[in-house]
Amino acid sequence: MDIQNLRIKDIHALYEQKELSSKELVSMYLDRIESENPSLNAMLSVSKDALEEAEGIDEAIAAGDEMGPLTGIPVVLKDNILVKGWEATAGSRILEGHIASYSATVVERLRSAGAILVGRANMDDAAMGSSGETSHFGATKNPWDTSKIPGGSSSGPASAVAAGFSPVALGSDTGGSVRLPAALCGVVGLKPTYGRVSRYGLIAMASSLDQIGPMARTVLDAARVLQAIEGKDAKDATSLGDLDTTVPEILETGVKGMRIGLPKEYFIDGMDERVKESVLSAARVLESGGAEIIDVSLPNTEYALAAYYIIMPAEASSNLGRYDGIRYGFSSSGKDLIDSYEQTRGAGFGREVQRRIMLGSFVLSAGYYDAYYRKALQARTLIKQDFDNVFKEVDLVLGPTSPALAWPIGEKFDDPLAMYLADIYTISANLATIPAMSIPCGFSDGLPIGFQLMAKPFNEHAMFRAGAYYQSVTDWHQRTPV
Amino acid sequence: MAFTDEDIRHIAHLSRLQVSDEDVATYRDQLGAILEYVNKLKELDTENVPELAHAAGVVNTLRKDEVVGCESNVRDAAIEAFPLREGDLLEVQAVFTDRDE
Repeated sequence: MDIQNLRIKDIHALYEQKELSSKELVSMYLDRIESENPSLNAMLSVSKDALEEAEGIDEAIAAGDEMGPLTGIPVVLKDNILVKGWEATAGSRILEGHIASYSATVVERLRSAGAILVGRANMDDAAMGSSGETSHFGATKNPWDTSKIPGGSSSGPASAVAAGFSPVALGSDTGGSVRLPAALCGVVGLKPTYGRVSRYGLIAMASSLDQIGPMARTVLDAARVLQAIEGKDAKDATSLGDLDTTVPEILETGVKGMRIGLPKEYFIDGMDERVKESVLSAARVLESGGAEIIDVSLPNTEYALAAYYIIMPAEASSNLGRYDGIRYGFSSSGKDLIDSYEQTRGAGFGREVQRRIMLGSFVLSAGYYDAYYRKALQARTLIKQDFDNVFKEVDLVLGPTSPALAWPIGEKFDDPLAMYLADIYTISANLATIPAMSIPCGFSDGLPIGFQLMAKPFNEHAMFRAGAYYQSVTDWHQRTPV
Repeated sequence: MAFTDEDIRHIAHLSRLQVSDEDVATYRDQLGAILEYVNKLKELDTENVPELAHAAGVVNTLRKDEVVGCESNVRDAAIEAFPLREGDLLEVQAVFTDRDE
């Protein structure tokens, strides 16, 4: 059986026809992880309860229970999403050995939908990194070429889905951390509208930007996972209700009459020509399906990365204040309390995390707050207004996800600014709070390329419709690494 | 502006991070380069532009003021995570030092 290409509906069909039990399926994925993970380092651990949970699902199916939307579907979780009783490190030494005392809302919802949690996936240290290299537990490799980075910070979930360790995964996206690795590993990655999915139980990085999002091989599978986890949660005051995803209906509708904008600021000198060609050909595919392609402008795009690298470190420096070596996690004892804090955090956080904490402390400090933090929040308003204006004219914006193909491991590791530029096309969606999704659209030198769709807040439906149509007439998503 | 080594030591202390002398030099150059890049924002005219302060755009999300207890095993797991403890109590180094009495 080609488990690398199984979709949710395929798995449910096999269950219904009694051709496969959930226990058999989970065993196949666990075997694959055991044999293939050593070369990829995508998974940090597998669940010891997964097989037992699968047996429970099999008994329920045999007893004639109605199947839920994700019944018996294996899911891999980025290691910053809490599962009670599981280790939760966020890829950081500062949380090494930390056992979660409660579960995230998305975890509770996945379980209610019938999903089987397979294990914890690797990630950049505290979700800070664009390459998967900053994890305290070692770099993750790209399944298409293990000498290349998989993208970050959801490096493990992307690598795991691409390698066929699980049909779907959850990552988190603060500036592109779901979409960038999805593009570089050739899978679908979705960042929902801010507020669509509860952040309760997600280890916080930058709270006004963070969103949990699904990764899968198909747009439809990502949509089904989103449907299971979205909606209002009393434990996250920024989560919102009254949502409409209507997944099954989108398949038949096609893109006829949809208006899709190509922002001129997203196709610039310096971007990889091979990426540009693939992304423009994806636009032509949608155009042949009846969509209207329109040139648009997002004039403040060039300020997005600068605003992001003020707002994100500012929020992260506050959020990471909780790692004091006292209540949980790594602890190093010094001559007094302040010395203990400094020793614990100096040894517990990797360099990228330390850089961002210091940058955040600086931009929030007296005398610099107005010049940096306040200015960045004003820039954020202008960037959001750009999108508000464009979405009066078009249903979707289409552009590249990454400016380059997956690069060699080590290439940008000591040059933080070069690393940050990899996020140049993804961060605007987080700043503007809008949904965005990366979809595979080609290969060059054997490495995947992704294009990005963006929509106005809570219009994930439009992205699903165009994305599902695109995948119905292309086969990039069916290719698997050897 | 460029950072001096002294700036980096001060920021590291504000951030409660122990940084070696060698790392001070590395961070000085790296943070200086990042700051130079973000200074691009100075070009942008933000006169009369409001700050985007609330990502979800909701205000006053309220709930009933009811006490909801946590499960005892959640409490136990939280205590289990304390690096230093005495029984169920969290052990912390003295907050006030250099006292005369």
